[in-house]
Amino acid sequence: MDWTALLLSLELSLWTMVILLPIGIWSGRRLAWTSVRGKSLLEALVALPLVLPPTVLGFYLLVAMGANSPFGRAWDALFGQQLTFSFAGLLIASVIFNLPFTIQPMQRAFEAIAPEVREAGRCCGMSPWQILLRIELPLAWPGILSALVLTFAHTLGEFGVVLMVGGSIPGETRTIAISIYDRVQAFDNQAAGVMSAVLLGISLAAISLSYLATARLQKRQSHA
Amino acid sequence: MSPIPPLHRLVALVLAWLLPFAAGHTQTPTVAAASDLQFALQEVQALFVRDTGQQVQLVFGSSGNFYRQIVEGAPFELFLSADESFVNRLAEQGLTRDSGTVYAIGRLALFAPQGSPLQVDTELHGLRIALQRGEIRRFAIASPEHAPYGARAEEALRHAGLWESLQDALVLGENVSQAAQFAASGNAQGGIIAWSLAQAPTVSALGTSALLPEQWHSPLRQRMVLMKTASPGSEAFYAYLQQPTAQAIMARFGFALPTED
Repeated sequence: MDWTALLLSLELSLWTMVILLPIGIWSGRRLAWTSVRGKSLLEALVALPLVLPPTVLGFYLLVAMGANSPFGRAWDALFGQQLTFSFAGLLIASVIFNLPFTIQPMQRAFEAIAPEVREAGRCCGMSPWQILLRIELPLAWPGILSALVLTFAHTLGEFGVVLMVGGSIPGETRTIAISIYDRVQAFDNQAAGVMSAVLLGISLAAISLSYLATARLQKRQSHA
Repeated sequence: MSPIPPLHRLVALVLAWLLPFAAGHTQTPTVAAASDLQFALQEVQALFVRDTGQQVQLVFGSSGNFYRQIVEGAPFELFLSADESFVNRLAEQGLTRDSGTVYAIGRLALFAPQGSPLQVDTELHGLRIALQRGEIRRFAIASPEHAPYGARAEEALRHAGLWESLQDALVLGENVSQAAQFAASGNAQGGIIAWSLAQAPTVSALGTSALLPEQWHSPLRQRMVLMKTASPGSEAFYAYLQQPTAQAIMARFGFALPTED
């Protein structure tokens, strides 16, 4: 059992969640309530990582973040650190890859809030922040929770992108999914079995939690 | 003033736990090693830790992939390639400290898992017969594109005149260790793997193997080199690998030791 890899995966998942939470809430609300021209294109862009093969995304990220790319060089100049084969690089990849998993459930949750409810808040003299904190978030939380759980579980299991930009460095980029792959190649089926069972358990718990939250959201909608 | 809401406290706690990790992760030097060293190098590492009290991290994979990753800037401090060409190319690009040194000569083995219809022998007669009888449905080698053991396996099979007839049965491992795993698990009826892997108890318990003639392929002169970024820890490991203790382990796993260089 590779505890370092499990911890690293948990860190990566939590960081991805922390970064995507504000991004998800902001873009989820914008997508839910604005009907601008090109919204379909925006939604398609957000959904793209769902259908894109992870190796394709990994390839583009490898090129975009590579030591010779403008972005990679700028990062190196700023932080004195290589982006590919580093935890920071994995995190960037993970945030991009999880955009649909965070934004889509949040968008659905905000769409479910009736415009009248928000208008009522505005009529009562509430500021936009107060409306967000006192009205929208309490109503949308099952969707937000579901989004975070999906993002968490998905990051934990991500393999293709990590394989492309990671390099399997212990404690830095060897996530638990990569470690399972390495263990099988090292003829260590026992460790691979234990780690797979751990991932299976976490994934099952996460997806159950997400379904619970969705059921709760739907119940609320049918009451409304 | 109102007390901090529980949610805020939770977020603060999570952030406090996460922040130290963001700064940068490991200080232990990381060594990229060709996967034919999977078992031998772990024994060397254990002795190195015992003798010197220093730590190194080993990452195994195909030499070609490591070459690409190092060019892209992967933070490996020491690279143990399964052949010379990748190290020489890194040296030409000025990424290494010097041209390194040959630490072992690798050999190929024909491997057949238990219960396989394939009879192993050094001249591949058994493979030829099994192929004619249609008994080989899957045959594992490492990817000739970027794994030196895969490229040499292709050379040996071409030399034996079996390359064409094996085409439909070939499964390619990402590196030679994965090829060995394909064959040893019984998912392929046989494979050409590293002799050093076939010598490891974990693998030898799962099947039979035979050493292929070294004239059948260009030599696997396995060269290692320190990167320009190497720290004293990886320098110590580099030196340790050339000591009699380490070389004895390598010899036990069937590596020939370099005579010159």
